[in-house]
Amino acid sequence: MARSSVAKECDTDMKTSANKAWGDTLFKGMTLFFATGILILFIAILIALWHESAPAIDKFGLSFLTSTAWNPVKDEFGALIPMAGTILSTILAMLIAVPLSIGVALFLAELAPVWMRAPFGTAIELLAAIPSIVYGMWGLFVLAPIMADHVQPWLAEHLGFIPLFSGPQMGIGMLTAGLVLALMILPFIASVTRDVFLMVPQNLKEAAYGMGATTWEVVRDVMIPYGKKGIVGAVFLGMGRALGETMAVTFVIGNAYHLSWSLFAPGNSIASTLANEFTEADSDVYLASLMELGLVLFLLTFLVLGAAQLWLKRGIEGGGK
Amino acid sequence: MTTQTEPKDTQESIALSVRGLNFYYGDKQVLFDNTLDIARNRVTAFIGPSGCGKSTHIRTYNRMFELYKGHRAEGEILMDGINILDPKQIPALELRHRVGMIFQKPTPFPMSIFDNIAYGLRLHTNLGRKEIAERVEKALRGAALWDEVKDKLNQPGTALSGGQQQRLCIARALANEPEIMLMDEPCSALDPIATAKIEELIDELKRRLTIVIVTHNMQQAARVSDYTAYFYLGKLIEFGDTETIFTAPKKQETEDYITGRFG
Repeated sequence: MARSSVAKECDTDMKTSANKAWGDTLFKGMTLFFATGILILFIAILIALWHESAPAIDKFGLSFLTSTAWNPVKDEFGALIPMAGTILSTILAMLIAVPLSIGVALFLAELAPVWMRAPFGTAIELLAAIPSIVYGMWGLFVLAPIMADHVQPWLAEHLGFIPLFSGPQMGIGMLTAGLVLALMILPFIASVTRDVFLMVPQNLKEAAYGMGATTWEVVRDVMIPYGKKGIVGAVFLGMGRALGETMAVTFVIGNAYHLSWSLFAPGNSIASTLANEFTEADSDVYLASLMELGLVLFLLTFLVLGAAQLWLKRGIEGGGK
Repeated sequence: MTTQTEPKDTQESIALSVRGLNFYYGDKQVLFDNTLDIARNRVTAFIGPSGCGKSTHIRTYNRMFELYKGHRAEGEILMDGINILDPKQIPALELRHRVGMIFQKPTPFPMSIFDNIAYGLRLHTNLGRKEIAERVEKALRGAALWDEVKDKLNQPGTALSGGQQQRLCIARALANEPEIMLMDEPCSALDPIATAKIEELIDELKRRLTIVIVTHNMQQAARVSDYTAYFYLGKLIEFGDTETIFTAPKKQETEDYITGRFG
């Protein structure tokens, strides 16, 4: 009796471990499926975009990238203006958002009184919860008039000799788009950067203070270099968002096919062009050109994020923290 | 009381004179009326169980506690007649220039070996390139690290081994030419060979400056120090020359701790 019950027990044990092994295999298969699914989806989107934009690629070739034409009547299209708009509005947004975010992050991680850190940190993160269309409406109805009535006249008066700050003061345009974008990406950069600063070991900071350094010197010489890699990662995260941001930009960029040195002048970005014109695309080449714009944006974002990955990897291998 | 709180040899010159030092973390008092003299060009070791206040005590010598809200010290610590606890008499930046500190874990800054050593010089002096290079070499030689790093001064300080990193930190502090060097358990993260090198270095350094070392390692205190202070629960229980403390302590508590019969 005793023997058989032992045997039975062993048997059930075997079964459970076999079940377990089967479960592991299933789990591994599922995760593999989802992981490769993402890669397949990525390639499928690329192929679909390429396929759909074939008529435009055939017609314009590489000149699509260098042409400023955008004439639906004559069926002539070029990507230069929206590309320039995307890149310019992103650069503007980065110029404004990066220093601001680092400042906010430093304040939250190092300078703010302890009671202030949690509520302020949460408030900054909540900026990311505002839907982008709300940013767009705010940009159009609140920020644009302020820009037109106060900011742009002031800039024109004091910096008007630079072509960047001359031109029509109507509120909407590249500068306003850059500002709204900056506000939208700030919470991402600031909260990641704050976490990076919080990871700087306390005794490293104390060592710098112990050398007789001021708070600013500790920040400049120890905290920022120590967190450099993480900060760059945060900046590229924000940049990736800025490149593709659609709704808010569409509201305030002005939607004009016009290349100008003036930051006040209205322009266009790839995403805003796509948002505005899909419903109007009545010819094959028009539609294909929009598809090709999508492909260009895809590749642009891919290049930026790829470069960021490479940079970060090189940082790790270089051993410099 | 006086026999206990002053170095036995009355010929000694005094680098720091601590009088009635009390310390508070907010409302909680953690140091009680600490009074002792730190002899110039000697090594003074602080021993005692964890949480006895020896680290807190040493961190008043460069006012490191000022970085934290609610931390405050009362009493007097005189250095050349100046009360270093009083920001009006000496600003923290100047004090920390004169009183260097070495931490438990090596703390190389995220920059090259050369820049690590030159850091204090660039902060506090207007020396030219050539003088900085000379002072860097001098500091590295002073910390017995020059021969090991002279060919890789441009490499990051973090690429060195733990023991080398700690000597890098000592060299970095030396470059400021401090009068006093505080060492808060400088060897607790190091292997025995690296520890031996640091101890050798301490012996060498005391010719030029005054060293105060916090240690959990009783043998280390006995090996490197001239004077030893035993702390317990924020009070200075016994202070005297190391030989006496380790061979004939006056207090039973000290003897219990030293012989391992503590608790």
